[in-house]
Order: sequence, then C-alpha cells, then structure tokens
Amino acid sequence: MREKRIDHAEAASEFIASTEHVAFHDRRLWDLRKKRDRESESIPEWEELRRLASAIKEHTLTHLADYLEEFERNAIANGARVHWAVDAIEHNEIVLDILRNRGAKTLVKAKSMLTEECDMRPFLEKRGVTVIETDLAERIQQLDDEPPSHIVVPSVHKLRQDVAQVFGRTIGTDPTNSDPHYLAESQRQNTRPYFVGAEAGMTGANFAVAETGSIVVCTNEGNADLSVNVPPLYIASVGVEKLIPRVRDLGVFVRMLSRSALGSPITQYTSHMRAPRPGTEMHIVLVDNGRSERLGMADFWTSLKCIRCGACMNTCPVYRRSGGLSYGATYSGPIGVIIDPTFSLRKYSNLPFASTLNGSCSNVCPVKINIHEQIYKWRQVIAERGQLPFVKKQAMQAAGKVLASPKLYRAAVEGASAASEYLPRFMLYTRFNAWGRQREVPVAPQQTFRQWYIKNRGQPS
Amino acid sequence: MSSRDDILGVIRRHQPAARPLPDVPLFDANLPPMLDRFKEAVTRMGGKLAELPRGSDVDAFVRDRFPDARIICSATPEARGTRDLATLSAPADLQDVDVGVVRARFGVAETGSVFLSETELQVNAIGYLVQHFVILLDPAVILPNLHHAYEQPGFREARYAVLMTGPSATADIEGILIHGAQGVRSLTIVLMSGGAQ
Amino acid sequence: MKVALFVPCFIDAFFPEVGIATLELLERLGCEVVYPLDQTCCGQPMANNGCEEEAAGAEALFVRNFSGFQYIVAPSGSCIHHVRDHFTAVEQTEEVKQLRRNAFELVEFLHDVLKVEAFPWAEFPHKVGLHNSCGTLRGLRHAKATEVSEPFFSKPLDLLSKVKGIEFVTPDRPDECCGFGGTFSLFEESVSANMGHDKVSDHKRAGAEYIVSADSSCLMHQKGCAERLGLDLRFMHISQILNGARE
Repeated sequence: MREKRIDHAEAASEFIASTEHVAFHDRRLWDLRKKRDRESESIPEWEELRRLASAIKEHTLTHLADYLEEFERNAIANGARVHWAVDAIEHNEIVLDILRNRGAKTLVKAKSMLTEECDMRPFLEKRGVTVIETDLAERIQQLDDEPPSHIVVPSVHKLRQDVAQVFGRTIGTDPTNSDPHYLAESQRQNTRPYFVGAEAGMTGANFAVAETGSIVVCTNEGNADLSVNVPPLYIASVGVEKLIPRVRDLGVFVRMLSRSALGSPITQYTSHMRAPRPGTEMHIVLVDNGRSERLGMADFWTSLKCIRCGACMNTCPVYRRSGGLSYGATYSGPIGVIIDPTFSLRKYSNLPFASTLNGSCSNVCPVKINIHEQIYKWRQVIAERGQLPFVKKQAMQAAGKVLASPKLYRAAVEGASAASEYLPRFMLYTRFNAWGRQREVPVAPQQTFRQWYIKNRGQPS
Repeated sequence: MSSRDDILGVIRRHQPAARPLPDVPLFDANLPPMLDRFKEAVTRMGGKLAELPRGSDVDAFVRDRFPDARIICSATPEARGTRDLATLSAPADLQDVDVGVVRARFGVAETGSVFLSETELQVNAIGYLVQHFVILLDPAVILPNLHHAYEQPGFREARYAVLMTGPSATADIEGILIHGAQGVRSLTIVLMSGGAQ
Repeated sequence: MKVALFVPCFIDAFFPEVGIATLELLERLGCEVVYPLDQTCCGQPMANNGCEEEAAGAEALFVRNFSGFQYIVAPSGSCIHHVRDHFTAVEQTEEVKQLRRNAFELVEFLHDVLKVEAFPWAEFPHKVGLHNSCGTLRGLRHAKATEVSEPFFSKPLDLLSKVKGIEFVTPDRPDECCGFGGTFSLFEESVSANMGHDKVSDHKRAGAEYIVSADSSCLMHQKGCAERLGLDLRFMHISQILNGARE
C-alpha cells in the first residue's frame, strides 16, 4: 500500500488560520528559547559541555552493543527483568504480557515519546487495560484524543479555553472556567485515585546507565515518581539509543537537558531507578524499532544522539508557526524532520522541505547534531529515490537546464518583459500565485546587470 | 534467533568506527559561595528555605508552618509526626498525609537540589503523595555542582535515588507556572546540622 | 588585486543595482574586477531541493566561468554558502576544491581579506535594522548567532559602523529567519509569509527606516511582506550603503 504523503504546508496553513493560536504558540516557544539562551550564557563551559555530550553519545553509539550488554547484565544483577523488542508491536505485546501475568488492569504512566512511537495506548486499551497519562499536558492530549504536538510540552498548541473545553467534556469541569489553576487542580484530583489504585506504573527513560543498569527519568510534576513508587509493578520503556556509559556522564547531560528544554537549571525531579523496591517488580523493555537500521546510515546515524530536549523545536521558526501536529508524525520539528523519513520515506517525504535550512536548530542542540545539514541531505535522498512531487521535479529540471546554459538563461531574463516572467517561470510552477498571496511581487528592472555591464564596462567577448 | 540477538547483531553490523570516550571534568573552578548559590537556586525552583527558631524542634516547626495539618509522617528520627511510617501496609496509605518530613543526604548548590534515596525516604512515595514536604539539610553537605553530585556513591548503591528540586510543578497550560501538579504542593528546606546518615 | 565578480542569477535579473554597487565598491577599493560574461547561477536552487543531478550543469558552468581566480566575490551570502559548503553536484577535482575555497561573500571579503578600514564616501543618516541572512550568519559565520555562547562579533556591523551618520536599531529577535528559504517561500507559502510579516513588523517596532542585508533574496521577500502590510520600510543591500548610496 502506498502511504499518503503528509502535506505539511497544507496542515500548517490551517494552523496559521487561527491567528490567536499561532501567535501564542510562537510567543510561548520563543520564550522557552530565550530562557534557554539565558541559561546557556550563564554557564561559561556551555559549549564545552555540548562537545562532551556529543562525544559521549558518539562513543556510546559506536560501542552500543557492548553497552547494551553491560546494561542488561547490571540490570539483571539488580533484580530487574530485561526484555528486548525489535519493533513497536513486540514492545506492546511484551508490556501487555507483563501486565496480564500480574493481573494488572490499570496502568499509570509518565510521558514517553517511545510509547507514542509504538502507539501503545490504543493497543493496550483495546485489550482491556486502562491507561492513564499522568503528565498534565499528555493527559490533556489523551482526553482530546490527539497525539502530543511537542516532545516536551505536548499540548503547547492549545490555549486555556481549549483545555477548559476538553476537561469540561471529559472530566466534568466547568467548560467556561479556563483558569489554569482550576484546570490543573481538577486534573490532580481526577488523577489521584488512579495513582493510589493502579496495579502498574510506567515511564520512559531519559537515560539508561550501562555502569549501573539504572533508568534515569527527568520530570517536573512528580507523576513519574508516583508511577514508579506507588504501584507494585514498574515498567520502563527504553529506546536502545538512551544508553550512556557511566554515572559520571549524567553530570554533563542533566546539566544541559532542562536548560535546553525549558530554560530551567534542572527538572524538579531527576530520578534514578536502579532496582525494584523490595517486594515489587521492575521490568525494562529495550526497544529497537528502526534504531539499529538508522545506526547504519552514514549521513544520519548521529540523529541517535538526540536526548529529546525539544530545543530545536523551540528555536525553529517553521515549527513555531506550523504547530507540531502539522508534521503528522510522532516526532515533529527539526529532529522529527530528520528521524521521520527513516520510518517511511514516502509518507514523510515533504517534511525535510518544511525548513528554511536556517541552522538555528543545530546551534541549540545540546548534543551537537548537525540537524540542518541532515535536513539538506534528506532532500537529496528523497530526490534520488523519486519521491519529489512531480511539479517540483519538473520545475527543477527546467531550471537546471536553463541555468546550465548561458544562452537559454539570457533568453529567459533579458528583454523588456522577460525579467518579470522570469520569477514566475523559474519558481512558480507550484500553487497558484504562491508568491503574491501575501506578498507583493518585485518589479522587474529595465535591464539586467549583465546588460548594464556590457553597456558601461565594455563589449561581450 | 531471539529479538535480543537480532537487535545486537544488527547494531554490531551497523556501528560506525569507534570514537573515544572523553573524560568529564568537575568544572568547579571559580564557583560562587555554595550556600548562597544553593539558597538562590532553591528559591528560583519554587522551594522555600527555613531555619529552626532557637530552642524549637522539627515537630514544633511543622505544626507552626502547617497549622491545619492533621496527619504528619516523618522518615527522620528528628521528627515524630502523627503517624508512624512503619505501620503502613502499602505506599498508597500515604494518600491522606498532609506533611512529610525527611532528612536529605546532601544538597547541590548549582541547582538547589537535594539527594534522597530509599534510605532517607523509607517509603519512597512519601516524597510525592503527601501534600507538603519538609526536608532537613545540613548546610555542611552542600556540593558545588552536579558533577560533584554524581561522584557520590548513592547513585550506585541506592535502588531508587532522586535529585529533588522544589515542589511538583507544571507550566503545561499556557506556560502559567503552577505548583502541586501531581506531587507535593510545597517543598520547604530546613537548613540545620545534624543527621547521622 | 584581481577579483572575479559573481552576480547571482536573481540579482542579475531583479537587482542589477546590487551588482553595480558591488562592482563599483570593489573598484574604489582598488580591485581589478573581472566579470565573466557567461555566468548564470551557482546551482543552489536545484541543490537546495535535493536535485543534485539537475544542479550539476549549473555547477559545471560556474566552474568554467570562475576556475583559476584567486578571489571570487559575490554580493550574496546564500550563494557563497552553497559554493563553499554544498557544491557537490560536480566531481570534486583539485580545481573544484580550490574554486570552492576561493569563493567569498562580499562582507567577509571586505572584512577578512581587504580588511577595509574606512568608507570615506559613505554616509547614511538613517535608522537601520541589520538582517543577517541565515546563510551568512550560521553558514558563513558572519556574526555571533544569539543562540551560541561566544563573545559578540559581527562583520557586517563592523563595516557598517564605518559609515557616517548611520544609526542601528535592534529588533526583539535580531536573527530570526525571515522565512524566505528559496522555494520554501512558495511551497510553504503560509509559514513563509507569516515569518516574513513577523520579521518586518519586528524591525518596524524597533524603529527601523531601512532593513539592510547581505542577501537580496531575503530583502525581496521582506519587501514584498512589508508592502503588503503597508509598512513604511525601505530595503537596501549592504553593498549599496558601503558604496555611498544616499537617500
């Protein structure tokens, strides 16, 4: 089956149509970017930390199999159970199996992009497990039956009135009361019985430490720690790229994670789960789901360094104007643009073009992924594999031909009216009058530079 | 072939040429005075700082701070509280507790964090299910930054260890900061020497 | 000093005055300027869309026109960024590698190679908002980007500061991308225009009378946006001001 291409431009224009939403979204994420700048400027060794983080991750990824084995050995020695999942389906089946074996009917979970990637919630719910997202934003998205739009602030595309509507519809709050304190408190009260009663808790992982077999989770609400420390069963879903070698390395990453993400020095809770509480079980599911293949892609493997801070999204002017849902993928923004095509080249073939290649994403990345260079590279892969839209391919072939020939080029741009035809012909083989909808079209001058040059500086040879 | 072998096999085949593991320095030159930095960071992260009035004890302090509290649980012998943690049958039994009290093992000046593990918490959920949390910290055991913190043996020995920094917080609705999202509504750090841990 | 002048296709067709200002400026500064007459384009429009194959002809022609010159100078950051960092559609012979190293954007050529100390002919008593295009800022590293922790520097500001009477204004987001992005401006029209409108509004709020840049493509986009919004803003390439343009 040929998957339908995500039309980012179309989805983005729908998001932009709500001026209030796009203005807030842009302002809020820019504010996070500014706070990030203040933090990075306050640490003299910031750029050194980025170099270290990048080097540690590259070292780990080039020795990943050994570190995974070391991690597994230590985790088992700690009393945890380790499972391996080749893909999303196997991950979901493993989790279901663990829950069923312990008769667990309710799962309280912290935010995990990996479980989003695996589409775990609907899988479990269809099989009779009640799954409660306990991060406020993730809960908002769950109740609204929408995926997260941002990997750190999943409901950032919603205004308070939107949240009031969702909660009014689903957890019985007053839909006209959009006071954030009221809404947050309502969700706290609504969620608490699940924490107290759930038979199982789940988190993702920000880091997995090979040296100790520990899972490290960084959160602000305390919901991850409640999920870990109240129910008698704890499951951690961990992408294989989350490994780092040593406890000592955490100093580098934890110092940068929340500073990059939210502009705060650290998350309220940085939690290290090494072994189950006495009398309880701890399971770790190590998930591949395409990561091992990505590791073999010479131009793209360093995208596995990503620590999911979302800084690239916050700084991305395109992401801020288009909203995360416009990417039609689990991962949106710059990091999504370079990861998503590995899941489906055709489906996500438009995403690498949802970028101006401005490069700010690469500059804010705490692990120095050359994101914008990878976006550029993906465009080549997409063109080579015949996934460019027909009109674009045609326009490029025409342009390539004209620009390779001085004669054709001059015919196209010289003469009284040629220049005004030049831009539309050369660039406008797309949507009708795409330039002029919201911009004035430049006025063509009487002569080209070359014509002026010949007139004023000599004759053509 | 098992999924495990399958995954490790593909990874081994695809691993790029080896790159070296760098040393991580402690980055502790020219840091500001530790106690000042710690206090500043705690406040910034939404925590409260307190010192015991002369002649007062922790129980009296808690009663004074939280006059409406009915149930108080302490994981440190320095406070008695009103309910003995040893009587709990499950962590969920902490759900009606108003105030929890513990003593932290150490603090981190850079971030205003304190280290807690199952040794200090006794029941881990005390740090999250109670409404208000009071943490005793000896100002003599504040470390300069996270690099120093991660040299501590606790992260290798504890089953569960947390760097706790301020109360539960969220800004998920329009960026408005709200304390007490899911975990504790307030976090108070009492700077007082003592504790044998 | 002998310099080959590259006037990229859209400047040739739409902004001849930028080519003229660049030529005159280089001549005033004592350069012997050669303008190869068969030049068209560096290949960037095709290459930025992933079309290496389609870019190969333009790149090969560029090599034929500019090979052998010690300095190739163009008044366009994004084109030089392409030549220096992305010019891979043609075989990477020694000749091509040398040519890529010899390509300079005008600002860096004036700042780093000629090390120009003064522009005595230049006077521009207006409030100017500088727009560093992303190609110059992050591609060619003309200046400190706001998100990088390093001491402040700015080659275009260094040069413009030598112009008599000029006054600078700083918008809230001094180096936010303006949203041009080549064919992005067409295929992602909504986002591109939204970014452009925000950009020119930010400059206007800061009090700019002129937006000045080393990239005419960004200026063309922003001018179109400002005119549509009815903002009284004027746009000028940095070469024109350094060459002594008066308004």
